[in-house]
Amino acid sequence: MSVSGNPAVPDGPTGTENRTERSRMPATRPLHLAAEIGGPPRYDAASHVALARLAEGGALDFVTLRDSFARPGLDAAAVLARVAPETARVGLVPTLTTTHTEPFHVSSAVATLDWVSRGRAGWHADVSTTEAEARLFGRRPAAPAPALWQEAGEVADVVARLWDSWEDDAEIRSVATGRFVDRDKLHHIDFEGSTFSVKGPAIVPRPPQGRPVTVIDATTAPAGRVAARHADVVYVRASSPEQAAALRAEVHRSAARHGRDPQAVRVLVALTVDLGDAETAPEPGLESGPQLAGHGTYFRGGPVDLAELITQWYRAGAVDGFHLTPLSPARDLERIVNGTVALLQHRSLFRTFYPGGTLREHLGLTRPANRYAAPRTEAAS
Amino acid sequence: MKQMHLAAHFPGVNSTTVWADPRSGSQIDFASFEHLARTAERGKFDFFFLAEGLRLREHNGRIHDLDVVGRPESLTLLNALAAVTDRLGLAATVNATFNEPYELARRLATLDHLSEGRAAWNVVTSSDAFTGENFRRGGYLDRADRYTRAAEFVATARELWDSWTPDGTPRPFAHTGRHFDISGEFTVPRSPQGHPVVIQAGDSDEGREFAASAADVIFTRHGTLEAGQAFYADVKARLAKYGRRPGDLTIMPGVTVVLGDTDAEAQENATEIRHLQVSPQNALLALEQVWGRDLSSYDPDGPLPDIDPDPESDLVQGRVKVADPLAVAAKWRALSEAKGLSIRQTVVEATARQSFIGSPRTVAGELEAFVEAEAADGFILVPHLTPGGLDDFVDRVVPLLQERGSFRSEYTGTTLRSHLGHAEPVWKG
Repeated sequence: MSVSGNPAVPDGPTGTENRTERSRMPATRPLHLAAEIGGPPRYDAASHVALARLAEGGALDFVTLRDSFARPGLDAAAVLARVAPETARVGLVPTLTTTHTEPFHVSSAVATLDWVSRGRAGWHADVSTTEAEARLFGRRPAAPAPALWQEAGEVADVVARLWDSWEDDAEIRSVATGRFVDRDKLHHIDFEGSTFSVKGPAIVPRPPQGRPVTVIDATTAPAGRVAARHADVVYVRASSPEQAAALRAEVHRSAARHGRDPQAVRVLVALTVDLGDAETAPEPGLESGPQLAGHGTYFRGGPVDLAELITQWYRAGAVDGFHLTPLSPARDLERIVNGTVALLQHRSLFRTFYPGGTLREHLGLTRPANRYAAPRTEAAS
Repeated sequence: MKQMHLAAHFPGVNSTTVWADPRSGSQIDFASFEHLARTAERGKFDFFFLAEGLRLREHNGRIHDLDVVGRPESLTLLNALAAVTDRLGLAATVNATFNEPYELARRLATLDHLSEGRAAWNVVTSSDAFTGENFRRGGYLDRADRYTRAAEFVATARELWDSWTPDGTPRPFAHTGRHFDISGEFTVPRSPQGHPVVIQAGDSDEGREFAASAADVIFTRHGTLEAGQAFYADVKARLAKYGRRPGDLTIMPGVTVVLGDTDAEAQENATEIRHLQVSPQNALLALEQVWGRDLSSYDPDGPLPDIDPDPESDLVQGRVKVADPLAVAAKWRALSEAKGLSIRQTVVEATARQSFIGSPRTVAGELEAFVEAEAADGFILVPHLTPGGLDDFVDRVVPLLQERGSFRSEYTGTTLRSHLGHAEPVWKG
């Protein structure tokens, strides 16, 4: 086992050091934490509900559920829709792939998830690169990742346009004129992409969050370009706070080049977390070891070790937060919430309750203005 | 007494749904769907039914604005409803033209697992390039191709649903046909009820044949008792050649019900509802759908137009066209002249009245009579109000049906298939 770079974990800070640390801390944005609840495939609702509730108990920003046509498992967006009524605050972010799914259906499903969760939906956009996945559909051959990510960017664009295709006040119910909607507030989007076109408007009214949160894992270059342009939350892979800070700065620069406000992007470090069986591992820290493709840097240690790492990186101003993928959610999520998160809360580094109701509120992201609305009704985006 | 089946249709994007009533709630908030689904489950209904939208309707090149517009995506919504119901079947309308078998079979199987065996799929097809403008697939399918694609789609979905061994091991599948050439491995084990229930909606000859060959439920149009009996006999007779028994296909017409304390009061309520449904603007629109012309300058309280319909018109997009506009126009004119009716009055008279109108006892008796006379196996109720439109029926009619022994007092099984009295499909390994 090799420990890469930074955190050989120091002794826990004493209470005094803790206060000192905090008083030195610059006014900083809140820490954001998210966790993956998928693991070995489960086909029932109860196990997913239990994990999402556990995450909600720790006031995590959101849970994710990865998905792919290439391996056993239920449809992730469906699972999180099933979870929605049994949770109240936690954000719900399923993976939806853009390669074989109709962009119109992606938009409708995520918008509906936002309605049934009352504003807690996001989606993690991903692509299907394999020939095996292509054969499940039989419509197009497998394509290289850069081409698929270019298309994914167009899908993210069209999906967001469809969410905006209804203005918030389009429904008027005017008995005097007999009109249910003001059709001047419903918009054809007339999107012409390189591989598809969509006329619009959406079938689903504009979701509670305006636009549900778009999450993209930017650990590969073609995905990174799309993330900088379209994602609200970006995952990066880093093995030191310095590297994380540099990656975040690059995401911010890149977002700004696309005319976006860098402060409206949250950059989370993706960690695959192995909390093992012991309270603390003999040699806790980041490993270059078993890299799980696309799931970030591999961390091994105890819940306290993980809290130390998060504390250090966060206090160094290197990150907005972390997306944690427990090696075994059924075993490790409880330890993350009751160990790691509880400690972070004790140090006043992480919220103990949800002040807001929507995922955008948890993330400190404003509800976006509608690009199609006349400036007189809403500030231009 | 014969047992009937009951289902609830969420009020949708047509003029049946009255949105101007002060009691009318949100058409999109989850609370509305939860209310209606819980009401249906309280009434021990077989299933809850959602229609689908893939393109907002347009009229004269502009979004149609007089009826309810917009709705959630069915399968996502039903997965959420699975969390707040225990026994109620959950039926999603999903188009076979603008989806692919692998992905949709997976989404349906997922709903079946997450609801523990309560999923149903209402298979519809679409042919119009208008809807296709929202999809990669785009384009147009002629009528015959729509049904061959739908039939192959359903058959392929069933191959996928059967692809895992009963002990839960995934096995590779391969399907090669006219419409689909796919292979690989499905990601979901066999469903808790074997396969999700398949519903077919449509009365055409192709639709009936497709239903007889492949569907578990047929969602049909309601008419007279005699028309219902003829349809029932025709469809049930088609089952034998597919090796199926009459009980294997449940015939459920979509119906509207208006109640009152007395039959006379119910009739008054029915007329009032019809006038709410046919607003002055909706009356002109109904006329334009027949005439195929812009009639916005006409007075809805005045006489019908003198000009004839334009049978070639493309004024209306995204809904089924009137088959023979000249004949319909002649009929409406005759009605208007005979009774001295205005445009609005003519539309109220000429378009369908509610299916069952009366006191709870009268309605219960008529529903039973339809089932006893083999004009239907049950009914899909289409309320005119969201979300309270089913409350009266469940509170006042269902107890009578239960008392008389024509409808279940408790669910006896956990799956939709068990509510319908259908056996689990044989696993084809």
